[in-house]
Amino acid sequence: MGKVNQVKIVGGLIALLFLAGLTGWPAKAQEDPSGSWSPRFDEDWEERIPGPELGDYLGIPINQADRLRGDSWDATLVELPENQCRAHGSDYGWRGPSNLSIWKEVDRASQKVIAYHTHLSAYGAEQTIWMDGRPHPPDYAPHTWQGFSTGKWDGDILVVTTTHLKENWLRRNGLARSDLATATAHIMRHGNYLTVAAITYDPVYLTEPFIRTSDFIYNPQQQMAPWPCESVDEVDRPAGVVPAHLPGQNTFLNEFPANYGIPPEATRGGAETMYPEYQLKMKTMKTLPRPVKKVTNR
Amino acid sequence: MRTLAKQAFGSSKNRALMILLAAAALAGTAASVSAQATTAAPGQRNPTDVEVHVLPVRGNVYMLIGAGGNITVQAGDDGVLLVDAGLAGTSDAVDAAIRSISTKPIRYIIDTHVHADHVGGNEALAKLGNTIAGGNVVGDIGASAGNQATVIAAQEVLDRMSSANGTQPAMPQGAWPTETYTTPERKLYFNGEGVLMIHPQAAHTDGDTIVFFRRSDVISTGDIFVTTGYPIVDLSRGGNIQGVIAGLNRIIDLAIPADEQEGGTLIIPGHGRLCDVADVVFYQEMVTIIRDRIQDMVNKGMTLDQVKAAKPTLDYDPRYGKDTGFWTTDMFVEAVFKSLSPKK
Repeated sequence: MGKVNQVKIVGGLIALLFLAGLTGWPAKAQEDPSGSWSPRFDEDWEERIPGPELGDYLGIPINQADRLRGDSWDATLVELPENQCRAHGSDYGWRGPSNLSIWKEVDRASQKVIAYHTHLSAYGAEQTIWMDGRPHPPDYAPHTWQGFSTGKWDGDILVVTTTHLKENWLRRNGLARSDLATATAHIMRHGNYLTVAAITYDPVYLTEPFIRTSDFIYNPQQQMAPWPCESVDEVDRPAGVVPAHLPGQNTFLNEFPANYGIPPEATRGGAETMYPEYQLKMKTMKTLPRPVKKVTNR
Repeated sequence: MRTLAKQAFGSSKNRALMILLAAAALAGTAASVSAQATTAAPGQRNPTDVEVHVLPVRGNVYMLIGAGGNITVQAGDDGVLLVDAGLAGTSDAVDAAIRSISTKPIRYIIDTHVHADHVGGNEALAKLGNTIAGGNVVGDIGASAGNQATVIAAQEVLDRMSSANGTQPAMPQGAWPTETYTTPERKLYFNGEGVLMIHPQAAHTDGDTIVFFRRSDVISTGDIFVTTGYPIVDLSRGGNIQGVIAGLNRIIDLAIPADEQEGGTLIIPGHGRLCDVADVVFYQEMVTIIRDRIQDMVNKGMTLDQVKAAKPTLDYDPRYGKDTGFWTTDMFVEAVFKSLSPKK
């Protein structure tokens, strides 16, 4: 190759890089996640749509304290007026039966992205993901269901870090996630498919990070329904009553292992139960006799 | 000014984060350490290094963090009203923080209870302010009536501060409330809004006051609600777990959340971060569940040692429990047990 041609190629590359800088081309194939997205429930249908069984803690790296939170949880707690309209936390909301809308907020002068906003139809939950490099608030600032989120691109993955979360649940059978937890969401768009890998870190109730993925497909015809929610007194109770099972008195906990032939010990969860090799250990455990007719707590 | 609270609870429009951090000031250890010992929560001590932060809450209500217990500031044309005064020795830093909000004088200090991390600054801060007084008031009791801010508290706070501690009162007279109330509620109208003081049944202590700023829609709870640990039930000063739960229920009744049970009425706890009613509900559920467990054990005739061994707080200990310090999990369980045990 002649020297003149080499100079031309190098010059062309420099010009291309300069042009890329001027036009704001993403550094590495960033795919804007903006749009209307419909959820797909092929993964973990049982947990996400009908809802998890009571006492099913399999595959969740909980500690002993969270196990007792789950064992003590009485579903009628959700009937209390102060809990009826409570939104899911942003680390859990991706899993729900919710249409998803994502849009970006852009600084008019520079055309830089200031934030991405997400709206989920369930509870009308909205999360703001700040992209402008602002710091997270001090620890005495309020905590919210969605928390305070900042985002950065890692190649073509939008990595979202969330702090200042209110307490919420890890699973809708009473397993709690504390307000000291933080979360990371990896938002990955591949054309008309969107995958969100949500990771929860909870120093209070988890011994290892808890990772869940959720999938969506692009759906520009999607309608976003409103979520009006008004609390009412569903059951006449004395003021201040908090429904809960006393330790050792939750009679529902054996239904799940009995119905599915899973050793009760395994249903108690913990980090060990996340890994494939645990199946070998399960083979050494005793199961409960299966009921003649499946008992359900749903 | 945009506030953190607005950013957290408001819409998702682009908002600049505006945090007003007050000047920090070093404050020496208070001279009245020994006097405060009788009113301190167990093991609490005075600071030697203080940084007071100002968090705008809503309207003309602010939260000061770092001077011991949280301090609420309501500021306006009439002057400055404080809920609690922090630890002794922090008053210079607290005053500097107040001056970043308002140049008006301190008119009122409302004590939520008698502990030194909330009333230690009474004397110094009250002296920096003055009371709106004149005419017959001054004529009757002298011009000095207006020379300091009015300090309001439930009667039990004055009783405990003024009671003998050896040959001295528990706290110096300059720190005592100048106005007390014995009714379930006391009302005040200041800076264009109604300020409702609620005296619940014996809770954290027997002299608690919850303060509700009606127009601003902000509640200062004192130590009936904290985000930093289990509630301190000060049995030696008339506290009782049943009263703590009743107080939490009253706060929940007063508050109205906005959409998704979030925002709406904002709650300033005695210690910890700015909250809303959903945070109080989680706390009330925790305290009630633990109370119910220990009540069941008491009903079964279990001893205190047996109750402690049964670990009735196990599921909340990683969040609220402590093995060391002035308020341990064991002390909390013991206080609940004694609150619920039949009096002999």
